[in-house]
Amino acid sequence: MACREAALALLATEDDGARIANHGWPRNAGMALDTGWVAEQRVNLSASERRVATLPGRRTVKKDAQAAWLLKAVTCIDLTTLSGDDTRERVQRLCAKARHPVRQDLLDAMGMGDRSITTGAVCVYHRFVSTAVEALEGSGIPVAAVSTGFPAGLVPHDVKLREIEASIADGAREIDIVITREHVLTGNWQALYDEMRDYREACGEAHVKAILATGELKTLRNVARASLVCMMAGADFIKTSTGKEGVNATLLVTLTMLRMIRAYEERTGIKIGYKPAGGISTAKDILNYQFLMKEELGREWLEPDLFRIGASSLLADIERQLEHHVTGAYSAFNRHAIG
Amino acid sequence: MSVAPMSVARYFDEMSYGPAPEADGEARQWLASHKAEFGHFINGAFVAPQSGQHFETLEPATGALLAKIAQGNAADVDAAVASARKAQGAWAKLPGHARARHLYALARMIQRHARLIAVIEALDNGKPIRETRDIDVPLAARHFYYHAGWAQLQETEFADQVPVGVVGQVVPWNFPFLMLAWKVAPALALGNTVVLKPAEFTPLTALLFAELAAAAGLPAGVLNVVTGDGSTGALIVDHGDVDKIAFTGSTDVGRIIRERTAGSGKSLTLELGGKSPFIVFDDADIDGAVEGVVDAIWFNQGQVCCAGSRLLVQAGIAPLFHRRLKRRMGTLRVGQPLDKAIDMAAIVAPVQLSRIESLVAQGVAEGASLFQPDIELPKGGSFYRPTLLTEVQPTSIVATEEIFGPVAVSMTFRTPEEAIQLANHTRYGLAASIWSETIGLALNVAAKLAAGVVWVNATNLFDAAAGFGGKRESGFGREGGREGAYEYLKPKAWVGRKPRPAATAPVLKSTTGDFAMPAIDHTAKLYVGGKQARPDGNYSRPVLSPKGKVLGEVGEGNRKDIRNAVAAAQGASGWTSATTHNRAQILYYIAENLSGRAGEFAERIAAMTGASASAARAEVEASISRLFTYGAWADKFEGAVHQPPLRGVALAMPEAIGVVGVVCPPEAPLLGLISSVAPLIAVGNRVVVVPSEPHPLAATDFYTVLETSDVPAGVVNIVTGSAMELGKTLASHNDVDAVWAFGSAELSTMVEKLSVGNLKRTFVDYGKAIDWMNPAAAEGRLFLNRAVDVKNIWIPYGE
Repeated sequence: MACREAALALLATEDDGARIANHGWPRNAGMALDTGWVAEQRVNLSASERRVATLPGRRTVKKDAQAAWLLKAVTCIDLTTLSGDDTRERVQRLCAKARHPVRQDLLDAMGMGDRSITTGAVCVYHRFVSTAVEALEGSGIPVAAVSTGFPAGLVPHDVKLREIEASIADGAREIDIVITREHVLTGNWQALYDEMRDYREACGEAHVKAILATGELKTLRNVARASLVCMMAGADFIKTSTGKEGVNATLLVTLTMLRMIRAYEERTGIKIGYKPAGGISTAKDILNYQFLMKEELGREWLEPDLFRIGASSLLADIERQLEHHVTGAYSAFNRHAIG
Repeated sequence: MSVAPMSVARYFDEMSYGPAPEADGEARQWLASHKAEFGHFINGAFVAPQSGQHFETLEPATGALLAKIAQGNAADVDAAVASARKAQGAWAKLPGHARARHLYALARMIQRHARLIAVIEALDNGKPIRETRDIDVPLAARHFYYHAGWAQLQETEFADQVPVGVVGQVVPWNFPFLMLAWKVAPALALGNTVVLKPAEFTPLTALLFAELAAAAGLPAGVLNVVTGDGSTGALIVDHGDVDKIAFTGSTDVGRIIRERTAGSGKSLTLELGGKSPFIVFDDADIDGAVEGVVDAIWFNQGQVCCAGSRLLVQAGIAPLFHRRLKRRMGTLRVGQPLDKAIDMAAIVAPVQLSRIESLVAQGVAEGASLFQPDIELPKGGSFYRPTLLTEVQPTSIVATEEIFGPVAVSMTFRTPEEAIQLANHTRYGLAASIWSETIGLALNVAAKLAAGVVWVNATNLFDAAAGFGGKRESGFGREGGREGAYEYLKPKAWVGRKPRPAATAPVLKSTTGDFAMPAIDHTAKLYVGGKQARPDGNYSRPVLSPKGKVLGEVGEGNRKDIRNAVAAAQGASGWTSATTHNRAQILYYIAENLSGRAGEFAERIAAMTGASASAARAEVEASISRLFTYGAWADKFEGAVHQPPLRGVALAMPEAIGVVGVVCPPEAPLLGLISSVAPLIAVGNRVVVVPSEPHPLAATDFYTVLETSDVPAGVVNIVTGSAMELGKTLASHNDVDAVWAFGSAELSTMVEKLSVGNLKRTFVDYGKAIDWMNPAAAEGRLFLNRAVDVKNIWIPYGE
């Protein structure tokens, strides 16, 4: 409890914009693979659907509270570009936006002008890690690299490990790995555990987010089991998707993954972070994710050390909502700087 | 400690939910437009109460006055019933399509005014706006749509039925608007007119509905709303010109209504209390089940008749389950009804709040361990923390009594058998939830639970197409579905029945014999548990021909013989689980063996009743045909697969009621018995039969037919004697689940009156003669529907 308060106090006072993954919480060392625990997972689809369908009717935030929650969401965004046509200039522009995600006049109007509001991280392919590190220098904003043959994860295992090492050498402080979906779909938990352990080891001090590609695992039971195995193998975060699957983040898989995070904490006392990615593009969407985080896991999971949002267009919608909150008039995209 | 005002920065640091109030301006304006004072709604307009008296309806969340409400007296109820009576003929004569248009208009009207209704309901009842907005009002609209459909189809689907007439409806305060819809929609759709009394605590949405319905074109008199307290409800229940009472409320009041209407001929639907089990097996989705508890017992502050209030948790997972449940309770938010970010709001009234407090205190005194989360409650108003009682023993009052508040009690079980035993060990039988990911286990348990509604991996799901209603002391009758429609209809073939002609008992003539070779004495016995048995008292009564000649003697059955017969019938539960094919075979076999002795039975009937040889023979042939009819139905009286709005099904399964007492009519000594017993056993009931009092020998002959027809012991038990005396024991026996009694009006009244002990289902004729020879009046669905309770098993699916 004291630990938690200290961490929150730190967050409240720390205005230098530093966003260091998992500060305040002990890092996940992992545990031995417990296949019995994996096998006993049960997830009822209809009951899960009912929970996520009714939550927006049970929780909402209005006015100042809404503005605050949206600003908090901004601090959790892993501002991302993962396109084939990415260039150095494109990444620099993104990093500039990460430093100043919301117009200063709007922050001033909300009484938040003295807070340093930045995104949680910038997320790029390995090729642009050094560009981003340079562009973000002094901001405290970490660079995350997608890795291990992102997005399909089907390159040779040793190549994956070399890719992680290369990104870390370039300055990445967070690595978003993709799991081999085949291991889940064939129930080969040992193989999944082993590969995840290797990734974790390769990451060293860098924090590792395990992308499950939930859209390809199909069932919530698969999602639950894969979540557990990755946490046992030392993942710091579990993440829904690459953004490249047919179905990416949903509230439904979020519910399942959050409950696994909770079960893991029940068993080990360790807090694992969560990152939904892909498909979250409106302010309204992200509020529902935040409600789910707070309700299923608690207040701590609303901060960027335990919550990240993989998104590219979400920020623009939040900016419009914030301007509406300040002025009372509906906003337009072109009134906010491009990212 | 000084608290800084809330600001963006402070919310940013705390990440708390701010207030999110739903606007109540329109609702207040509506109240103001009535000067916050309402009359009754009778014959299409608001009228002042004859007494000039009003009472107050308050906001439970604040205690503030909402409006003054008319107190209905006898003159008001008379006026409302007269208005409904006047309208009923014309309303029933409308083509089904015309009534369908009216019902459709009401459904659309509800949707147009959905938010106004939802806000007023939340203010008046104290429940969260989320529930009125997302559940109560949409479901109410759904009921009107659904029943617009029955109106449209009435002429084809219910061609052999007619409306009941004027219906008195008394609805509770927990779902004021939804219960109105559940009652008013089917009544109006099927050609009845209504006098509705909303609950004293929550009358506003009924008044709003009546006003909006009139504006939507509903003819005057079709729907009348009389407000008042329990005494007003009693006036409706007692009113001589009301044909049916539909009541939702407490079991205690349901009992009083049953007693007061006994013998009146009023049809009755009672939707009463419950103590519904919520069973969690060790292979359940535990987090899903924890969330299920939230929907089960913290929905509407637990003021729900079908609330899953008794948690039964498999021992191995109980610590984990309780730990997660307590954590979840800590995240519940209790707030003002119009706050859009809460889970629970106010208890309806201070009197209910103190009842909850005192029951919980008693439970704790009896050893229960109390858990209440440390969460904030609004100041003032009637609020109560979500509460979990663990380590509860089945003997504790909190395990047996309906608390009707946000209080879950939890017990553990070791095996599925024990779960079923604990679940069924209650006087109630309304609903149940089963949580397991194993389909075989879940469905097996669903089939064995004594409940009208079972939800598998879900809870508190409702739909107009799936009937809702209880077993045992949770009441009888169904709301919704085809079975619910029958509650507002009566068989055309029974319209205009005449009182049964009084029979004059023959006078005993001399019994002196002559010197011819005597027949060998044949002693008719009782038939109990598959054995011929002497009567406990060892007295006999003579059976006379119409001319006073002694035809034989039968045992004078007494209370103990009924007790033994009921025990035998209870023991024959294998019959209920026998296959329908098996039951059909046995019914045909009874017919076959009866046919082999047709001549003998015809002679016996003729000798006892004085019927002509051909009439007696016709009765035997009709009996054989009737056995064939129910042999035919045994494997064809099936349920339905509902398609409620979810990915899944709801199985409507007709289930045997259990042990049924049958008092046979005095006339038609064989056919009267077959006409009751055959439908009952065809669907799996076991029966205790009191044969025709004046002509019992057909029944005592009949047991030898049963003995040769492979009827398992205890399925049919026969106790001869006085219809009134034995009927009295059956009607008051608390292990008898239903009584069918045909005979005098006094018999009907007595049976209905004494049925209140365990609220057994009754089927009586109020002394009106039934033409047993006429299949339209005496066989088929008319009887089969009374021989079963429909259980709806909701099965959502998906992986």
